[in-house]
Amino acid sequence: MSDSPTPYRWSLKARQKSKRVLGESKTLTLDDNLFMAQLQIQLPVPDLFAAASYRGTCIHAVNGEELVTDCSGIVYWPTHQMVLVADLHLEKGASLARRGQLLPPYDTMTTLRRLKHSLDKWHPKSVIALGDSFHDVEASRRLPAQARDSLNEMMRGRQWVWITGNHDPEPPENLGGEVFDELRIDRLILRHEPQRDGDAGELAGHLHPKARLMRRGRSVRRSCFAASTTRMILPSFGAYTGGLNVFDPAFDGLFDARNFHALMRGDEQVYRIAAADLS
Amino acid sequence: MTIETKLTPGTNAATGHPSPRRRPLPPLPHVFLDWFQSKGWAPRDHQLELLQRSLDGQSNLLIAPTGAGKTLAGFLPALIDLYQRPKWKPGQPHRGVHTLYISPLKALAVDIKRNLETPVEEMHLPVEVETRTGDTPSHRRQRQKLNPPDILLTTPEQLALLIANKDADRFFSDLRYVIFDELHSLVTSKRGHLLSLGLARLRSLRPQMQSIGLSATVANPVDLQRWLVGQNVGDARVDHAAGLITVEGGAKPQISILDTAERLPWSGHSARHAVGEIYQTIKSARTAILFVNTRSQAEFLFQNLWRINEDNLPIALHHGSLDVGQRRKVEAAMARNALRAVVATSTLDLGIDWGDVDLVLHIGAPKGASRLAQRIGRANHRMDEPSRAVLVPANRFEVMECKAALDANYLGHQDTPPMRPGALDVLCQHILGMAVAGPFREDDLFEEVVSAAPYCELDWDTFKRCLHFVATGGYALKTYERYAKIKRVENSDSAVGEWRLTHPRIAQQYRLNAGTIYEAPAMTVRLLRFVKRDGKGIAATRGGRSLGKLEEYFLEQMVYGDTFMFAGQIVRFEGIRENEAIVTPTVSKDPMVPIYAGSKFPLTTYLAEHIRAMMADPESWHELPLQVSQWLTIQTRKSVMPKVDQLLVETFPRGDKFYLVVYSFEGRLAHQSLGMLLTKRLERARARPTGFVATDYCICVWGLDDMGALLQAGKLSLAVLFDEDMLGDDLEVWMEDSFMLKRTFRQCALIAGLIEKNHPGKEKSGRQVTVSTDLVYDVLREHEPDHILLQATREDAATGLLDIHRLGDLLARIKGQIIHKNLKEVSPLAVPIMLEIGRETVVGEANETLLAEAAENLISEAMTV
Repeated sequence: MSDSPTPYRWSLKARQKSKRVLGESKTLTLDDNLFMAQLQIQLPVPDLFAAASYRGTCIHAVNGEELVTDCSGIVYWPTHQMVLVADLHLEKGASLARRGQLLPPYDTMTTLRRLKHSLDKWHPKSVIALGDSFHDVEASRRLPAQARDSLNEMMRGRQWVWITGNHDPEPPENLGGEVFDELRIDRLILRHEPQRDGDAGELAGHLHPKARLMRRGRSVRRSCFAASTTRMILPSFGAYTGGLNVFDPAFDGLFDARNFHALMRGDEQVYRIAAADLS
Repeated sequence: MTIETKLTPGTNAATGHPSPRRRPLPPLPHVFLDWFQSKGWAPRDHQLELLQRSLDGQSNLLIAPTGAGKTLAGFLPALIDLYQRPKWKPGQPHRGVHTLYISPLKALAVDIKRNLETPVEEMHLPVEVETRTGDTPSHRRQRQKLNPPDILLTTPEQLALLIANKDADRFFSDLRYVIFDELHSLVTSKRGHLLSLGLARLRSLRPQMQSIGLSATVANPVDLQRWLVGQNVGDARVDHAAGLITVEGGAKPQISILDTAERLPWSGHSARHAVGEIYQTIKSARTAILFVNTRSQAEFLFQNLWRINEDNLPIALHHGSLDVGQRRKVEAAMARNALRAVVATSTLDLGIDWGDVDLVLHIGAPKGASRLAQRIGRANHRMDEPSRAVLVPANRFEVMECKAALDANYLGHQDTPPMRPGALDVLCQHILGMAVAGPFREDDLFEEVVSAAPYCELDWDTFKRCLHFVATGGYALKTYERYAKIKRVENSDSAVGEWRLTHPRIAQQYRLNAGTIYEAPAMTVRLLRFVKRDGKGIAATRGGRSLGKLEEYFLEQMVYGDTFMFAGQIVRFEGIRENEAIVTPTVSKDPMVPIYAGSKFPLTTYLAEHIRAMMADPESWHELPLQVSQWLTIQTRKSVMPKVDQLLVETFPRGDKFYLVVYSFEGRLAHQSLGMLLTKRLERARARPTGFVATDYCICVWGLDDMGALLQAGKLSLAVLFDEDMLGDDLEVWMEDSFMLKRTFRQCALIAGLIEKNHPGKEKSGRQVTVSTDLVYDVLREHEPDHILLQATREDAATGLLDIHRLGDLLARIKGQIIHKNLKEVSPLAVPIMLEIGRETVVGEANETLLAEAAENLISEAMTV
């Protein structure tokens, strides 16, 4: 494997922590080459379909980029050996506990263990968390030592990017990783909250999509990837995060009527269901 | 301590018959006597008996049929005491509530107020009577707290809020009587558990307070007698139970089963075949109530009656989903005697007086003898005249069920559900409520809690675990100490610390979430004349009439253009707008989406026994309609009829599948559990089952392998299949993953205060804040399988949705009594359940299969290795 930067064209909006003021969305453009050197992106895996990991996945192209959706709820981008994950909502349990709902305090570790499982499966060179990685601004400070260790271990030897979200507008404390409001890689743009009039090729989270299938008087509800040829919204990965039906008004304007798919998460497989078949 | 008296209406002073008296009954104050005389009445024996015992300081349970003057009996001691007590003088502090009346229904409390005002006004009694329900405006509640009425009529939920208050002691400072109306309907639910804890608190506040329970006839009155008084107190050798006064039923009801000239259906519950005959029966009566079991049946029957209503009889519809305004209109029309018939579900089961009903028609299976008796009692409120009732079975098994219930009714047998030990989630809610009321010592609270009958066997350890759950969630990981809701504060002057709220906000949270009734989320259904649509759906439209509320899960499965029956008409689904379902009128005659769920009760054990006995005894078949007895006779020829103690299992092929039918008669819930476990076992035995369906009467499993041949070859053993060890590991494994357990967990989590109720207007907005209880369940099960809330969930499911106890009884009963009949084709007895396949939900059918069917995975499958 070569250490040389890939020939792909990158553009990105990055942010310097020191210049960050709460509520202000200041963006800086870093030098492309400098960033690429930091990323040390590898060339794509030579044989896309050889690995057993692909069993049960669905391959979906957004803006021409082929992405692998895994039933654990992550996206693997073979071109860059990159894992994308949305809405981890770490420390959601503790956050709710503070307001009087004493949910079991195991959600952070459960989420991280599931994430580690995915990373062990895909061995990505880089990981991009698409925002709302922490349930509140103090969550990263509050992170139990065990969770911090586990996270550090996953981050070691990898490029790790935190995209900011509405729950975590501030960069996490003492955790490392790059922090961006949004990021452009090849023909894709990665951000937390999907934008209605944004460019094609958007990968986002925020909405926690779930879909509902009715057959023979029975219904199945599952969290899903909502995806068209120009956009994909990832399911939420966090252990306590509820979902929102893809036909909720919050999705209005993001997809062209019923011309999209829900990649529904089964127990061991992702099922690709046309929106027209959902309810 | 128990005193039992049985009184029959024949010994009634009102009817002038002499009555044998054990002792002289108390004289009434002349104001009361005059009032009775002015009405042309005389006080009845049970009214006087209850009064005397109340004067003696005893708590009592009064069991009497409707129309026996039960309510007046309950209030008489209070009214007399209030009449005789010294006048309140200006300048004295306000007096607290003297008598608390608790009813299961808001409407009943309001109705009682009306009925009570008449004697109070006519006798000029110095008594203030007020209601306090969820509908009471806040300024009135506020005023009531400062200046409580003498008699307060309220609901269990309001009592929970009243005692969870710093001022509870003052509010109840003069409490003398607590009256529980329709006690039988309260005690078996979690609502009753919470109420029993509330009663325990009232006893702690006012040890001299007396309770009076009013109830319809029940199977075990002693359960209710114990419920009314404190347990685990004083002398352990004494039976702590309230006294009992029973008034025997009046004239025997005249009940018949509709003997239809039409062909009796094999399955289904609609009684479509008998609509014409039902209509003729209505015409023969002045006013009739038509009871059905589910809301969809009510809608169906109502539609079909109006289709043939040539005489334009005023026939109305009444069920729990309808708009409150519409329901009130129907009730008012009933009271005015302006209706000839009303089709109703269990919403009309209880208490309120609905005018001169002279006929009850019960359509479909009665499900329980006591339930049927209560419903029949709705006809005719004068107890010395017989009520008239007609049972209309909707299919052949229901004929036998009706017959069994009818026999039971004549025999006066009761099969009310048994009492269950107090639920732990309810206890958790109560503990927090008591902390809201003020600081408490844990041993004091424990003593109080175990004085409530449902909790009398609670152990200290479990209580402590509930306490810690309330404080910090009760997790092994102590991360939430700093977020504790209640904390133990050590007191310098006492050895034991006191538990206190950590923040006033917790009290507010408690008040918003108190109660044990959590209904499935429902949406208002709004009827518009027409709907404008734009590209996205329904254009903003105003107005329209609210028809009522329906469950979200039902509405969500609809697509634009679907038609369904609701509020007595067929409507077309247009879409959902801002949390309302929009519908328009349609000319369509046949609704496309026929069913929405309603309450379904399982068949009671008692009726099941009777049906088994009836089937096993060909001598009794001549009492059944010819169509039914012929059906049973052919069964004996083509297969076999099981004896009373036997369990019949039939196997036969049909189409490309093989079927196994089990005739166990244990009710739908137990059958669903049995079906799940059976299929698991058959799977393990490699018999390749692919699905099952369960009814109240039997279970049918089908699969790809010839189960009959496997059984005959000895490769499969029924004794092993139905062994009791099924309820061991298999049950554990299945329960853990069961969606029913998740549903139960959600209930428990809401009641125990782990998660908060969604409040109207607040829901949906905070989707990032909402928590999926399914996911919480998974996480908790993984990390703390023995958590108190999981324990509560399992106990709940075992008695409730899964009916494990009943399943256990069945397995024990049929040991060595299973007979197998391998047939070439379907047997007569199997026809009804075969027809249910595809109609009833097939429980546990793999969701993944559904997904796979709909998935367009071909491309990706071709591309993946």
